[in-house]
Amino acid sequence: MKSDNDILIDELASKEYEAGFITNIESETFPKGLNEDVIRALSEKKGEPAFMTEYRLSAYKKWLEMEEPNWALLKYEKPDFQEISYYSAPKNLPKFNSLDEVDPELIETFNKLGIPLEEQKMLAGVAVDVVFDSASVHTTFRKELHKLGIIFCSISEAIREHPALVQQYLSSVVPVGDNFYAALNSAVFSDGSFAYIPKGVRCPVELSTYFRINQGNTGQFERTLIVADEGSYVSYLEGCTAPQRDENQLHAAVVEIVALKGAEVKYSTVQNWYPGDKEGKGGIYNFVTKRGLCKGDYSKISWTQVETGSAVTWKYPSTILKGDYSIAEFYSVAVTKNHQQADTGTKMIHLGKNTKSTIISKGISMGKSNNTYRGLVKINPKAENARNFSQCDSLLIGDKCGAHTFPYIDVDNPSATVEHEATTSKIAEDQIFYLNQRGLDTENAVSLIVNGFAKEVLNQLPMEFAVEAQKLLALSMEGSVG
Amino acid sequence: MLSIKNLKATIEGNEILKGINLEIKPGEVHAIMGPNGSGKSTLASVLAGREIFEVTEGEILFNGKNLLEMAPEERAREGLFLAFQYPVEIPGVSITNFLKAALEEIRKHRGLVPLKGAEFLKYMNEKKAMVELNENLAGRAVNVGFSGGEKKKNEIFQMAMLEPKLSILDETDSGLDIDALRIVANGVNKLKSKDNATIVITHYQRLLDYIVPDVVHVLYKGRIVKSGGKELALELEEKGYDWIKKENVDA
Ligand SMILES: Nc1ncnc2c1ncn2[C@@H]1O[C@H](COP(=O)(O)OP(=O)(O)OP(=O)(O)O)[C@@H](O)[C@H]1O
Ligand SMILES: [Mg+2]
Repeated sequence: MKSDNDILIDELASKEYEAGFITNIESETFPKGLNEDVIRALSEKKGEPAFMTEYRLSAYKKWLEMEEPNWALLKYEKPDFQEISYYSAPKNLPKFNSLDEVDPELIETFNKLGIPLEEQKMLAGVAVDVVFDSASVHTTFRKELHKLGIIFCSISEAIREHPALVQQYLSSVVPVGDNFYAALNSAVFSDGSFAYIPKGVRCPVELSTYFRINQGNTGQFERTLIVADEGSYVSYLEGCTAPQRDENQLHAAVVEIVALKGAEVKYSTVQNWYPGDKEGKGGIYNFVTKRGLCKGDYSKISWTQVETGSAVTWKYPSTILKGDYSIAEFYSVAVTKNHQQADTGTKMIHLGKNTKSTIISKGISMGKSNNTYRGLVKINPKAENARNFSQCDSLLIGDKCGAHTFPYIDVDNPSATVEHEATTSKIAEDQIFYLNQRGLDTENAVSLIVNGFAKEVLNQLPMEFAVEAQKLLALSMEGSVG
Repeated sequence: MLSIKNLKATIEGNEILKGINLEIKPGEVHAIMGPNGSGKSTLASVLAGREIFEVTEGEILFNGKNLLEMAPEERAREGLFLAFQYPVEIPGVSITNFLKAALEEIRKHRGLVPLKGAEFLKYMNEKKAMVELNENLAGRAVNVGFSGGEKKKNEIFQMAMLEPKLSILDETDSGLDIDALRIVANGVNKLKSKDNATIVITHYQRLLDYIVPDVVHVLYKGRIVKSGGKELALELEEKGYDWIKKENVDA
C-alpha cells in the first residue's frame, strides 16, 4: 500500500507546467520542408553576405551525409525534418525605442512569465536582447555597451554589420560537421545572439537573453557566438521558458565561446522548457551543442546551468583547454520528473600545459524520469600537469526514477591528476518527517532539501539569476498539496 | 493541554501501544520511564504524527483539538515539539535556513509576520546563547557530522527557537556530558512557563534532579503501569524494573 508520503511524492512529481500558454502574434512563416532552395531563401530573406550562404549550404551538404545520433540513453520519436518550417518572424519588425511601442501581447506574455521588461530594464543593469521566435525584437543598453566597444546584438545583425568578426569566429569552435544537430543548425539557424568584448574591457553588466519557442512546429535553431578578446571579462545569462504545446518541438541550438589570452567568460543558463504532460506528450526536444575554446593562455570559461525543462535533453557544454594555464569549470543542476529524460554532462579536453578543469554535476530525478550524467575528461599527450576534479551527485525522489553516471576518462599524459567522486542519495522518509515536525509541509521540506543539494551550483549564478533559479527549483517541486 | 485516552498503535501488524491513558495540564512536567523497547519513543512518534505507526484505537486531544486528524506539520504549528532520540542528518540544508523556514511557518500559524533577516539573526543569537550552542554549528548542515551530544543540544536549540506549547524530550540526556546536561536542563527550565508543558522521556534519575517532574510514569509493554511523584524515579534507580515487571506478569 502507498503511504501518504508516497502519494505526496507522486503529486509533487506531476506538477503541471506553470508557464504554459501560447501567444498569438501574427508571423510570417516558411512552408514546411528543407532543401537547398529553402536555405538560399532563408539566407536571402536575412540579407546575408555570400560567405554565409555558402557556409549554410556546405553545412547542409554535410548534414545530409550524417546519421542522427543514437548513443545517448534517450528514447524518443525521431523528428521529421521535412515537417518543420525553417523560418518564422514576427511581422513588421520595427526597432523600438521604448516599451510603449512594443506589441502589448508580447508584453503580456512576459508578464505571465513574471519577467516584465519594465523590471528587466531596471534590474541591476541587465541588458536584455529578447529573442522571440526567430527574430530579435528588442535590444536595450546597446548604446552604453557601444561606448566601451562591446558589441551585443542579434547574430543576424552581426552577420550584416560585422561580417569580418563573424567570418573569423563562426564555427571556429564547433565545426559545421561536428555533429548531426550542429550541422543542421549551421545550415538553417534563424537567429541568436552575438557578443564581442574588446581587449582589456570588463563588461559592466550581465548580458542576458531570453529565448522562447512560440511558433507551433517551428524548430528553433539558435546560434550564439561570444568572443572575449585578450584580457576581457563577460558574464552572459541565458534563460528559457516556453508555452505548452501538443507536438514535440525540436530545439537544436549551437553556442560557441572563444576566450583569448587572459580572457574570462562566465556563461549561465536557466532552462525551463515545456517538458510534456504527465505521459511525456508534447514536450520540447532539446539537442544543444555548447562549446567553449580557451584559446589563449590563462583564459577561463565557466558554464553554469540549471535545467528543469524539456521532454528530452541532450546537452554537453564542453570546453577545449588549448591555452597553457587555462581554466574550465562546469556547474550543473538537472531536474527531471514525470517522463522527462535528460542526458547531459560535459567534456573537458585538455590540450595545453598546466590546464585545470572542475566539474560539479547535481542530478535530481523524480517520478518516472531518467537523469544521466555523461562526462568526458580527456588529457592529451602534450597537456603536462593537467588537473581535473569531477563530482557527480544524484538525488532520487521516489523509487521509479533513475540516475546514471558515465564518467569517461582518457589520460594520455602521465603527469595528469584526475579525480572523480560520485554519490547517489535518496530523500528519506525520516528526513521529511523531521522537517514536518518543525512545521514545514512536505512540499517545502523537499524543496529545502533539493535547494540544499544544489547549493554549490546555485551559488555560482549571478545574484538575481540565483533567486530566479531557486524559485524555479521550488516551482518544479511544487505539488497540489491541499 | 494533552489528553490521551486508550491509545493503541501498531507497526507492521505488531501492537506496540496497548491502551495508553495520560492527562497533562499546562505548566506540568511529566517524566516517562521504562525498560528498553517498552514503547516510549513509539508514543512520542505517534504524538508527532509519524505515519509508519497506525493508530488502531483511542483518541488524543491537544488543546481541545483532535490531534489524530492533523498532519505532522500542523501539529508542529499548533505547538507540539519532539526532540528526537535519534535526530536525522539532512545534508546541504543549513540549520539557519532550516530554522528560518520553520519559524516562518510557525509564526504565520500564530498570525505573526516573518522576522526580517537581521531580527531573525538577533533572535537566533539569543537562543544560541541560552543553550550555549557552539558558534559555528548553526552554519552547518542539519546534524551532519555532529557529535552525539551536539545533536541533542541542537534539538533543544530548535525547541528554544520555536517556543512550543508541549515539548517531548526523548532521551535528550543520553549522550550528553555532565556540563551539557546542566546546560540543556537549564535551557528547558528557562523555557518553562505556566502555559506550556513538557514530557521528559529518560532512563536516568539524574536529569530529573535538574528538570523536576510533577509526575513520573512507568511505561511497560505498551501500557502505563505505574504513576507517582518524583520519588518514583529514585525508587526505580535503586531497584530497577524487576519489581514492576513482576507486578505486571499477568497484565
Ligand atoms: N520502525 C519499526 N519497525 C518495527 N518495529 C519497531 C519500529 N519502531 C519501533 N519498533 C518496535 O516497537 C517497540 C517499542 O520501541 P520504542 O522505540 O518505542 O521503545 P522505547 O521504549 O523507546 O525503547 P528505548 O528505551 O530503547 O529507546 C520495540 O519492540 C521496537 O522494536
Ligand atoms: Mg526510545
